[in-house]
Amino acid sequence: MHTPVRHPENSGSSPTDPYVQLITPEGVRVPDPLYDRWVKDVDGARLRELFLDMAVIRRIDTEATALQRQGELGLWPPLLGQEAAQIGSGRSLRSSDFAFTSYRENGVAYCRGVGMEDLMRVWRGNAAAGWDPYSVNMAPTQVIIGAQALHAAGYAMGISYDGSDDAAISYFGDGATSQGDVNEAMVFAASYQAPVVFFCTNNQWAISEPVTLQAQVPIANRAPGFGIPSIRVDGNDVLAVMAATREALDRARTGNGPTFVEAVTYRMGPHTTADDPTRYRDAAELEQWRGKDPLARVQALLETMGLFDAAFAADVDARTDAAAAELRAACLGMPDPQPADVFAHVYAEPHSWLDRQQEQYSRYLSGFAGEATRS
Amino acid sequence: MTTMTFGKAITAGLRRAMENDPKVLIMGEDVGKLGGVFRITDGLQKDFGADRVVDTPLAESGIMGTAVGLAFRGYRPVVEIQFDGFIYPAFDQIVSQVAKMHYRTRGAVKLPLTIRVPFGGGIGSPEHHSESPEAYFTHTSGLRVISVSNPQDAYTMIQQAIASDDPVLYFEPKRRYHVKGEVEEAAEAQLPMGAARVVTPGSDVTLVAYGPLVPTARDAAVAASDEGVSVEVIDLRSLAPVDFATVEASVRKTGRLVITHEAAQFGGLGAEIAASITERCFDYLEHAPVRVTGFDIPYPPARLESHHLPDLDRILDGVDCVLRRPSSLAPAPGRTVSAVG
Repeated sequence: MHTPVRHPENSGSSPTDPYVQLITPEGVRVPDPLYDRWVKDVDGARLRELFLDMAVIRRIDTEATALQRQGELGLWPPLLGQEAAQIGSGRSLRSSDFAFTSYRENGVAYCRGVGMEDLMRVWRGNAAAGWDPYSVNMAPTQVIIGAQALHAAGYAMGISYDGSDDAAISYFGDGATSQGDVNEAMVFAASYQAPVVFFCTNNQWAISEPVTLQAQVPIANRAPGFGIPSIRVDGNDVLAVMAATREALDRARTGNGPTFVEAVTYRMGPHTTADDPTRYRDAAELEQWRGKDPLARVQALLETMGLFDAAFAADVDARTDAAAAELRAACLGMPDPQPADVFAHVYAEPHSWLDRQQEQYSRYLSGFAGEATRS
Repeated sequence: MTTMTFGKAITAGLRRAMENDPKVLIMGEDVGKLGGVFRITDGLQKDFGADRVVDTPLAESGIMGTAVGLAFRGYRPVVEIQFDGFIYPAFDQIVSQVAKMHYRTRGAVKLPLTIRVPFGGGIGSPEHHSESPEAYFTHTSGLRVISVSNPQDAYTMIQQAIASDDPVLYFEPKRRYHVKGEVEEAAEAQLPMGAARVVTPGSDVTLVAYGPLVPTARDAAVAASDEGVSVEVIDLRSLAPVDFATVEASVRKTGRLVITHEAAQFGGLGAEIAASITERCFDYLEHAPVRVTGFDIPYPPARLESHHLPDLDRILDGVDCVLRRPSSLAPAPGRTVSAVG
């Protein structure tokens, strides 16, 4: 009988396993006979836009982290290092596609058109969700690990029943691939050939648990076992992520079912602002990944192309600063919710117990009329 | 008016809901060709197709989670959980996702999901096939929970559940599936889904039951009347929210309350009703409310279930207790109350 043996040095989580890469960490565009065709429209101007997008969400991330440190946000899950994975995939979607994400996909939310105030709402503690999902076709961010993979599979089943060529996409991390829901989602998606893309952001860490604890083979290798084709892609390469996501979306739109994309990247910061990665992570590992930075390589490529001049650099600075200022203003200017909001929208239809509780609490509060505001 | 079994009444209600709204679809294990292990979805896949009566993989969380996604897309899924004891793998999706999506999105996303659960004991099944998990769900805000007790309610309330924009757990007392009754198919619902129903009027004791124990409670009322005790039987129908107004009006009249359910006692629905009614009509009560329930044990093997399930005699024992007549539920003579437990 075969006894599984863990080999951390060459386990499935290793970034050295083969993956699709179109831009090297040094900024060299490498041809790929299979994936070039998915990004042949991405010219220098488009590449600049992708760089700008990544720079903006990095700046948003920095500003939000600062706001948390200043006590203005309860918590923030940084995305530093994952800009290419979020922008490359997020910019591949159509507005009519529907995204189901975890809590870290603030860059995807940015791509969907979520405004700064809406982006801040959850983390400031003003609401359980930031936006009207139908206004941007993106579900509320999900905290329960992997639950959203099933929602995406079900939504995609609905797309099939509607005869539409839209697609659903679900984002989750490497840790979530251990969850039953993600595995069940793959069973359902394969069974019904649902037009869904499973986008696994393998950032190597589930809080303090390394991906080696989640997977003994490359995570992308699991999907074929469900009957789902998969692509392992350099998650720090915006062009490669875009190529892989576009291929997956095309497969969904043309009735060929689900695809699993594993974007191999690294969470450069803590899991959230409440986490201390120095307790569990080797500083050398961090340094190694710093050399694979998603923005630096696009900048190097643009420089080679003669497209990263002082004017563009100044434009990027101005626009990222403006985004940060807008974020801060939106956060600080957000009105506090009203007491009655506590009861709002629990049910779609009237509910006798809740109506009674609301009425009692309202009567209780009215006893404080004229006094200083309760905080 | 048609005579039909409880089970067929649910089937007829499902069929009508599917005819009325093309967005209604049924999902579950074995619901298609087989028609479900209890045959409640019998014939529906043949008539509505495999895209509207969806045979699913054997994964309860998967069924529930994909139903959430379908609801996001504008569908009204009716999910069948095969047996009560199989609902637990779906618990996270139900309480963390189904129950909260409307609140979380401030009303933007509706979850008009109906979860059908054949529940309760009395059919001699092996373990995990006879449970009464309703209290887990009544404790979760955002869910509505109902349980039906007769074919007419089964027929109308499944349609009310499907039409509701809120998620509804619909608990079917599986030991009553073959009970026959009159069903008026043309009639609109007699009562709103949240309303309780007075089954038997009475003046001495209020006896609250739901689902499988309503017929037992009615039988107990008949037996009590032979002893000159007038018992008012109330079928709760809705377990969340409970129609406290109807129970309260009855208790103000009778001054005595007995609650019966198959589920375990501690933290059960009976405790909530006893507490709420005591708050509402303390001055009218002649005796503390009494619960006649299943014991606080895992559901026992089939040859022991008759001891666990409240029957006519145990319910009458509870009635005796609130009437201050000799009863096993009264404190034993000379017994002191322990400080602990």
